[in-house]
Amino acid sequence: MKYKSQKVAYWFFGLCMLLFALQIVYGFIMGFARIGWDGLHNVIPFNTARAVHTNLLVVWLLTGFMGAAYYIIPEEAQRELVSVKLAYVQLISLALVGVAAIVGYHFNHWEGRKFLEIPRELDYLVVVNVLLFLGLILATLFKGKRKTTTALVLTMGLVFAALLYLPGMIWFDSQVMDSFFRWWVVHLWVEGVWELIMGGILSYLLIKLTGVDREVIEKWLYVIVGLTFLSGLLGTGHHYYYIGVNKIWLIVGGIFSALEPLAFLGMALFAVYMYRKGEKSHPNKIALFWTIGASIVSFIGAGLLGFAHTLPQTNIYTHGTLVTAMHGHYAFWGAYAMIVLAIISYALPNVTGRKRYDKTSGHMAFWFSNIGMLGMTVAFGVAGVAQVYMERKMKMEFMEVQNEISIHFVVLLLCATLFTTGILLYILEFIKYGRPTDEALEVKSY
Amino acid sequence: MLSKSQARAFFLGGTVVTFLIFIGLTIYSFQPKNDQTNHGQIDAKVVRGKEIWEANNCMGCHTILGEGAYYAPELTKVIERRGEGYVKAVLQSPIPWGPRGRKMVKYEMNNEDTEAVIAYLKWIGNIDLNGFERVVSPLAKDKE
Ligand code: HEC
Ligand code: HEM
Ligand code: HEM
Ligand SMILES: [Fe+2]
Repeated sequence: MKYKSQKVAYWFFGLCMLLFALQIVYGFIMGFARIGWDGLHNVIPFNTARAVHTNLLVVWLLTGFMGAAYYIIPEEAQRELVSVKLAYVQLISLALVGVAAIVGYHFNHWEGRKFLEIPRELDYLVVVNVLLFLGLILATLFKGKRKTTTALVLTMGLVFAALLYLPGMIWFDSQVMDSFFRWWVVHLWVEGVWELIMGGILSYLLIKLTGVDREVIEKWLYVIVGLTFLSGLLGTGHHYYYIGVNKIWLIVGGIFSALEPLAFLGMALFAVYMYRKGEKSHPNKIALFWTIGASIVSFIGAGLLGFAHTLPQTNIYTHGTLVTAMHGHYAFWGAYAMIVLAIISYALPNVTGRKRYDKTSGHMAFWFSNIGMLGMTVAFGVAGVAQVYMERKMKMEFMEVQNEISIHFVVLLLCATLFTTGILLYILEFIKYGRPTDEALEVKSY
Repeated sequence: MLSKSQARAFFLGGTVVTFLIFIGLTIYSFQPKNDQTNHGQIDAKVVRGKEIWEANNCMGCHTILGEGAYYAPELTKVIERRGEGYVKAVLQSPIPWGPRGRKMVKYEMNNEDTEAVIAYLKWIGNIDLNGFERVVSPLAKDKE
């Protein structure tokens, strides 16, 4: 750690851990409901559990991105954050808005649009909160001594992510237009601007962990984010095939979304190549595992599993089935959850001044969670393919099919237990590191 | 070999060009002549139905137009598949609806709201979905 204000990041990461744990609890509630154990139905019906599960996911990832920015930007800009106090204000208000939204979901108070369930009045508070965050980051960046490509790409991703929240706040009378513009948020986030954030964090971590020359890394960063937008913008069309808009999207969406995996392939090759090329052997192996892991698993989850259902000929059968849930889990895990866990693993020793990075439990956390999530993906996938076949080919009733495939949810829950064990180990390590301290300034960080 | 400024130009150029095409196609899609949704038929009742749909987060269990959750039946063609009477019974049920084992939330809707939801689902059922309407949740008439 080089700047005192980087300590703020620790508290964002702490909130991350808390929300992540809660997300998993709601995942289990849904998993159990699916095998008939729906004892909580009157208190937490499935739609509540789902909204909480996916919103907590998005909020903890965003909290992680914010923490990452508070850690990375001072170091890249070579100055302290403009205001540490306001950063804490931002953290606390973020937590309050998040809690208010989640509590509301338990009382049928929401805007029932998948992923954008936050009710309108809280949307405005989210906007204010994010403006405060961006203000702090941008002011720090512009007053800083240097403006690196890594910092610019990361900041650009954060600014665009904020802007893209706005189309999700417009009311439409038509369900079709509602859905059309919902994708401007959901798709253009995960297959667009969030990739800039991921790319920025990845590039920072690779510079630190491998010691490869910044100019080389940042050049390839531009190529990767270039590929992202080139394919991802028009790739939005893969959500427009069958929602009631023009057929032109079948061609445009089909071609461009099929190119989207290239950006993720680029990310994976980039990370592996830099790792091989690097001369420096950084002692924080756990952070390296998560970093390289994120780049590879994101290629499988987003790139390969996304490609598996992105062509219109396939998507006509898989659209809106458990196949989508399979891809959703592995893509979010590989790309965004793992990169947040990577930056946390890297930053923790530096802000606390304790070097616990050779602990076996850290490695176990990595392997348990990854094997568990892979198993969950397979369980969702098998259930999904079976569902598509029975429901959409053999024309069986929805509920009949669901009863046939419920066994795969037993497997899902078993794998989820392994996954959760890994995450609990990770959180335990987080706690064992203890609090951030100014003494960490004196400890040499790499 | 590629230089950093060339890489940056690739990023900026690609983004601007595809962005403009994207906006162009969006405008094209919503031109009245390309409408596939019977947009003119969206009346106050349909809008009210959509409000009820959103206020209760029905999408948190069901899919519609293939979007939503995978826990409960796809509803795009539900009126055609089950008929209005069945749907009415589901929405007004005094106990959590669930003849096949999985429970819905109990809404006990009044007649007015029920009719609005049915109007909404009817409007949904007539949208031209580029072929998906033949695949999604089996149609009673396809089975014969
Ligand atoms: C907690 C999850 C849940 C929520 C929320 C929910 N439903 Fe349902 N719904 C179900 C389940 C499960 C079934 C199937 C029950 C069965 O057939 O055994 C169902 C069945 C239906 C059916 C009959 C479908 C068919 O093909 O048999 C309709 C229509 C329906 N729901 C409409 C709605 C509407 C409208 C809302 C919102 C106001 C809603 N549902 C909210 C779970 C839910
Ligand atoms: C990290 C990146 C990605 C994440 C986090 C992600 C996540 C998701 C999620 C959560 C959904 C469900 C959305 C909803 O219904 O509201 C979805 C749908 C979809 N994704 Fe991705 N995705 C990513 C990348 C990709 C890529 C690169 C492709 C294509 C190559 C792709 C193809 C699809 C398709 C076709 C659907 C629609 C499925 C359907 O019709 O039901 N995704 N994705
Ligand atoms: C560990 C326990 C977990 C369990 C048991 C679980 C289970 C589930 C279930 C049952 C659904 C609903 C699917 C449906 O609509 O029927 C769901 C949705 C979802 N979960 Fe999880 N989940 C877990 C962890 C995670 C994690 C760690 C992530 C992210 C990395 C995640 C991301 C998602 C996403 C993105 C969706 C929405 C998918 C879509 O709409 O296509 N879940 N989860
Ligand atoms: Fe997409």
